[in-house]
Amino acid sequence: MMGAEFVQLSLPPIVIGILAAIACALPGNFLLLRRQALIGDAISHVVLPGIVAAFLVTGTIAAWPMMIGAAVAAIVAVVLIEIVKRLGRVEPGAAMGLVFTTLFAAGVLFLERSDTSSVHIDVEHALLGNLESLIWFDAEGWHSLLDPVALATLPPQLSRLAITLAAMIVFLTLFWKELKISTFDAAFAGAIGIHTRLLGFALVVATAIAAVAAFDAVGSIIVIAMFVCPPAAARLMTNRLDHQVGWSVIFATISAILGYVLAGYGPGWFGSPYAVSAAGMIATIAGIILGLACLFGPQRKRTSQSAAGA
Amino acid sequence: MTFIEYFITALTLQAGYNSALVAIGAGLLGLAAGGAGAFIFLRKRALVSDAISHATLPGVGLAFIVMVAFGGDGRWLPGLIIGSAISSAIGLLCVEWITRQTRLSEDAAIGAVLSVFFGLGIVLLTIIQTMSSGRQAGLEGFLLGATAGMLISEAATIAVAGAIAALCVFALRRPMTLVAFDAEYAATTGINVRLTDLAMMGLALIVTVIGLKIVGLVLIVALLIIPPVCARFWTNQVGPMIGISAVIGGVSGYIGAALSSAASSLPTGPIIVLVAFGFFVLSLLFSPLRGALASALRHWRFQRRVHRRQGLLALARNEPIYDGLTLRILRQSGLIRRDNVATLRGRAAAEKSLRDEARWGAVRRLFPDDSVLDRYDGLTPIEDVMTRDQIADIDRSLCEREGMA
Repeated sequence: MMGAEFVQLSLPPIVIGILAAIACALPGNFLLLRRQALIGDAISHVVLPGIVAAFLVTGTIAAWPMMIGAAVAAIVAVVLIEIVKRLGRVEPGAAMGLVFTTLFAAGVLFLERSDTSSVHIDVEHALLGNLESLIWFDAEGWHSLLDPVALATLPPQLSRLAITLAAMIVFLTLFWKELKISTFDAAFAGAIGIHTRLLGFALVVATAIAAVAAFDAVGSIIVIAMFVCPPAAARLMTNRLDHQVGWSVIFATISAILGYVLAGYGPGWFGSPYAVSAAGMIATIAGIILGLACLFGPQRKRTSQSAAGA
Repeated sequence: MTFIEYFITALTLQAGYNSALVAIGAGLLGLAAGGAGAFIFLRKRALVSDAISHATLPGVGLAFIVMVAFGGDGRWLPGLIIGSAISSAIGLLCVEWITRQTRLSEDAAIGAVLSVFFGLGIVLLTIIQTMSSGRQAGLEGFLLGATAGMLISEAATIAVAGAIAALCVFALRRPMTLVAFDAEYAATTGINVRLTDLAMMGLALIVTVIGLKIVGLVLIVALLIIPPVCARFWTNQVGPMIGISAVIGGVSGYIGAALSSAASSLPTGPIIVLVAFGFFVLSLLFSPLRGALASALRHWRFQRRVHRRQGLLALARNEPIYDGLTLRILRQSGLIRRDNVATLRGRAAAEKSLRDEARWGAVRRLFPDDSVLDRYDGLTPIEDVMTRDQIADIDRSLCEREGMA
């Protein structure tokens, strides 16, 4: 199980899963605390219309136009939600639901109407990703990790996600203090000269970039699950923001590894030769971790102050 | 037959028994969804229905597995509906439990439940794919809805369930209205708020599970959200709002189903959602109450009144006017000439607005605590808010002051 075949077939998906999970969980912490957890849900739904539009414009299914299309769609969705909220004075949740379902419906419709039968985009792929198919053909064993020729043939999703994760870490480190203050006390943040609205928008854009990079590899289910579940579980473990971020990274990593292993090898333990969906299993494990945190997390209860406030 | 002709045939239920049933079913479904969604919207819990709809998937998968295990047909619609209802009820209770028992907010609970249940459902679907190849065909249709090749018995099930759901909305409208607006008051009148909330969500659940086959679980939430958002634009009263919402939902479902049967390549669910969105755009633009055009018009009128008033005051005080818009407005209403000198009418209007300001000033001095001062916005003529006698009193005090000066 740990030999050359593992490096070739299982190592890249596991690493990609971990990278995607952490890249989503990191901004998820702030979204959770700002009560914007569902922005991740909305963004991952509008990725589909984004890639369809990119395909209709460019006519190719190259990775970069698709990612740009998806990122643009995510930003368009966020702007539309703001417009609906302001112009129609509609409640935020309803505005969000209205915009993302409409954009998703438009995406499905364009997909069905345009001649995309020759290329591989479909709704299920966008929802589920293709984690299992991200294999490393040229790997011959662990020593291939040191072989530049073999390394060059790693799935491109891996390097894209690594870059995305690095950019996310840089963004959060640079603006850590500002994000922290504006998340917990927006009025105070404004008073000391932080552009809270600009920072909020930057956070949403960072979220969108993470969602787009991750969805290509792992599908939108994992994306939504990782935006919400690890940070939510981490929130029940601690009252300190830096500890919470640390816990969420741990939970995201455990979900990715355990989910992939259970999906790939678990059915074999029951005598079934087939694997189940790794994306689905990773989301399920994340849910189980959250469930355990809800039952046993040391800080699961509301403090008396916030209970009085709520 | 052209597309339009076929569309009209389908709209008038002439396009065959099956598509007629689908159209009626979709219409009834939309009616129930619009009605139930209105209460959820007013209770500000629109996205809870998103968790409910995604939580149906494991139930669909498990029901299929159970039915096949007992030697039945795994695609029997009532069985799948019951399975999906059970799992989405569990999902709904999970959202409730997380929100009550932990410090997490409702949106986090919604996001967690919808992604985890959906992920679990996908795991079950991949198991089904391996256990009996070919027989699972159609379960993916629950993601986005599939009406092509729908059985007549299935369409009838949906139509009957839609009608029942619409009746339930009607029967429960009073307690749900009270809870939506003022949960605490509702509790003091003896209504069980928690139970009513659950009933409200239960209706959304019914709508969701019967809508799975037509609209699909990703988009069914749109039928619960968009019609009430539209309806809110047209009225400020609950009863009419629920009615309008139900009608918009019903019409969207009906037109959407007819459109999709007219062009077989159009999937039903997305079309229904886009038709509903069309209603939203119309409402957003043209509603006389809260529409964008109406408020733009109000803003434009207000702006003109302010410029006119300020221009007239400047004229009366013999101050020069530099603002282009003010000059243009005064010129257009014939209050100044082309060379910016006041006409006779302009001089009269200017004197009047100056007198108005003086009277308001007197009111401020004489009755500093009077509530009438709240009406002062620099635009409202004092005649609109005070009686002739009061104004006469004010004028007298103004004269005395001038006499003293």
